[in-house]
Amino acid sequence: MTTWIGIAVGCLGCYLLKLAGLSVPKSVLERPAVHRIAALLPVVLLAALIAVQTFSDGRSLVIDARAAGLAVAAVAVWRRWPFLVVVALAAVTTALVRQVIPGS
Amino acid sequence: MGVAIATGAYAISFGAIALAGGLNVWQTMALSLLMFTGASQFGLIAVIAGGGAPLAGAATAIMLGARNALYGLRLAEILRVSGLRRLGAAQLVIDESTAMSIGRDTDRAARLGFYATGLGVFTLWNIGTLVGAVGASWLSDPRALGLDAAAPAAFLALLAPRLRGRELWALALVAAVVAVLAVPLVPVGVPVLLAGLVGVIAGLIPRKRAPSHPHEPNETGEPDDQPTRDPS
Repeated sequence: MTTWIGIAVGCLGCYLLKLAGLSVPKSVLERPAVHRIAALLPVVLLAALIAVQTFSDGRSLVIDARAAGLAVAAVAVWRRWPFLVVVALAAVTTALVRQVIPGS
Repeated sequence: MGVAIATGAYAISFGAIALAGGLNVWQTMALSLLMFTGASQFGLIAVIAGGGAPLAGAATAIMLGARNALYGLRLAEILRVSGLRRLGAAQLVIDESTAMSIGRDTDRAARLGFYATGLGVFTLWNIGTLVGAVGASWLSDPRALGLDAAAPAAFLALLAPRLRGRELWALALVAAVVAVLAVPLVPVGVPVLLAGLVGVIAGLIPRKRAPSHPHEPNETGEPDDQPTRDPS
């Protein structure tokens, strides 16, 4: 149930942001700081999500098979391979490492 | 065509990763139909999958969606929509539809680019999500297939095209370190929000121009709000 609340709040917030752009007078959002923050937020949030999702189990820091998956994904991104290839390689690498090192 | 295939593939991975993160098929579809902005959807399921509060997930999603408001500012002049049409058009304001709209020669072509791309991506995004979610719901243990590592890989693919210039690399690194160090100290989901705070603070610091390096225009780290096509 609480998951549904999170989904509803997130969906409403994201929609209102889209609508606000089409609706508010240009001067309200047309400030350099607003533009900088909107451009920087995806960078900091994505970087944080990558780090937390790879190197923690939510409550403590761990290094496990996911780190190997991320390393392979980094090479694939650097080589500009397609999105699905990047994601699939990370998953396959992680699964293989778990086969070799159980519990990782 | 390239955009279509990329969208479908991206959506299938979203559907599968959402299921692996503990959402059911209905919740996953609600996100693709109602939120309809890729990075935000991934952000929300990532926080929930890690055991974070759903509202922390919502906050992450909303911050990731802030750029859509700036896309709307530019699109407002091109689309000139009001009333119900505006309510409908707003849902289609995403990276791809903005990229295919701004910079066209005529307003007519820009509008066509916006609606064709927006509606096309919406359709494919939802079909792909359903395929990925239903497919993953048949798996007994998504972790055995390494699907928990698929989300960070997806984020990496989203982040890479945005890292233009040394300052953005440095900022990304600081955000990652802050988030990881915060993990043992604060509730699940909050580390990512702290990283968001780092971004807000960095954005509030007035930019210094660097005239000593006039030949390195890309190294000033000056971010812009050009849409980055999500699945590169």
